[in-house]
Amino acid sequence: MPTKIEKDSITGTDTTGHEWDGLKELNTPLPKWWLWTFYATIVWGIAFVIIYPSFPYWRGTSGWIAREAIVAEMAEVRAQQEPMLARLREATPAAIAADPELRAFAVAGGRVAFANNCAGCHGAGGQGAQGGYPALVDDDWIWGGSLEAIQHTIRHGIRSNESDEQRQSMMPRFGADGLLTPAQINDVTEHVLSLTNRATDAAAAGRGAEIFAEQCASCHGERGEGNREFGGPRLNDQVWLYGSSRDQIAAFIRNPRMGVMPSWQGRLDPAVINMLTVYVHALGGGE
Amino acid sequence: MFAWLRDHGIIERNVILMGVLTLITVSIGGLVQIVPLFAVETTIERVSGMRPYTPLELRGRDIYIREGCYVCHSQMVRPFRDELERYGHFSLAAESMYDHPFQWGSKRTGPDLARVGGRYSDDWHAAHLRDPRALVPASIMPPYAFLDRPLDYSDIEARMRALRAVGVPYTDEMIANARADLEAQARPDADPAAFQGRYARARQAAFDGDPTRITEMDALVAYLQMLGTLVDFRDVTPAQLRQP
Repeated sequence: MPTKIEKDSITGTDTTGHEWDGLKELNTPLPKWWLWTFYATIVWGIAFVIIYPSFPYWRGTSGWIAREAIVAEMAEVRAQQEPMLARLREATPAAIAADPELRAFAVAGGRVAFANNCAGCHGAGGQGAQGGYPALVDDDWIWGGSLEAIQHTIRHGIRSNESDEQRQSMMPRFGADGLLTPAQINDVTEHVLSLTNRATDAAAAGRGAEIFAEQCASCHGERGEGNREFGGPRLNDQVWLYGSSRDQIAAFIRNPRMGVMPSWQGRLDPAVINMLTVYVHALGGGE
Repeated sequence: MFAWLRDHGIIERNVILMGVLTLITVSIGGLVQIVPLFAVETTIERVSGMRPYTPLELRGRDIYIREGCYVCHSQMVRPFRDELERYGHFSLAAESMYDHPFQWGSKRTGPDLARVGGRYSDDWHAAHLRDPRALVPASIMPPYAFLDRPLDYSDIEARMRALRAVGVPYTDEMIANARADLEAQARPDADPAAFQGRYARARQAAFDGDPTRITEMDALVAYLQMLGTLVDFRDVTPAQLRQP
């Protein structure tokens, strides 16, 4: 019961007037700055609810809507970029590469688009990764390293099942489907190793050469030089997508694995695809 | 100025008055939070393409939640320019209308996954989950190689019925065929007619690279590969995006 409010002699503050067995409670007021900040947040909260779309069916007095704001912002940004994007869209990659201004823009924009879309598989610098993710910084191309070939690959993808013009090749499962016996696979493996001078069994490699000429040469070339038309990777160099050891090569012949690249046409603006083409071509191995 | 407020002794001495005023105060707080929920359906955009998760995707989603993927990965592209440039169209309410619970998230140690579907190959996802640093050297994601173990889908019907109870439109036919659909999706050579008829635009594949067995990896990759792929934004009009 607030019976007797008195001033505390030590602090100079009023008591609450309550008393329990002689104990009294100070009624210390809240700091003024805190109290007024608190009132200000209440006022701000009410104003916010009125001004912004805060409840269903309430659009707010400002008319501001996050979605419409971002759509407008993106439209403005695109309008600024459009003159350059239109030039990049209409020019062929070769024309972009030949024009210093367009090329500088394409390489800078391509770097950003590459980091966002391509680096997951091909590595941040295009260095590729073991297990079927080709390096783009070297001159070993499965489907061709010209500007046109790179553009086609980016547009349509590889075994993407997303485009009629996709890069498509299929190596038979020589072991898993019983097309070759284990002994024959051993011989072919030996021959493939001989293409890079790593064979240890000349007789087996000789037998393997016959099988290779029959089964493998149409896609990989007579000397294992590869065939870009069919996407048959080169076998007579030191670049191996799925490992270069004898066991890895034999396992691959038994049950091949084939990489998939998405089709970026429809996902990316044609101007961005052109920028990526020029950027990838400029990474080091472009032809 | 507010001296009269200090005389709360009146309220404190009258238990009925205090009870009534407490009820009023709590009601206001409750109503402010509850009433807008009656209109929550109106916030879901009327876009086409959304369908419930296939049984395999649903199990993948359960594994996604079990492994705490949401702790590092959000599934919501916010309406900011940097996010749109990187991930694509901002997320719609409709895109998580069948999510119980939703996976929007508020923390991104890894990238947003709302639109990750189709950006990488199945092989990439399986290899990346097994050993993230083999493909992304700078990654700090833990390896999930143990997902190459058989998937338990003995209770798939019960999971679907539970979701139906909270509003996901699984039909009796979908639930009756759940097991067959789950197995069909994980095998690229299975007859697609019945399965595709129930789940439009669902892809059949050996998601983990091995068509002979159904693993947790299959389920998780199937789920990741469909994220953000259902709504075709070329068909979405500005009017559809307008919420009341």
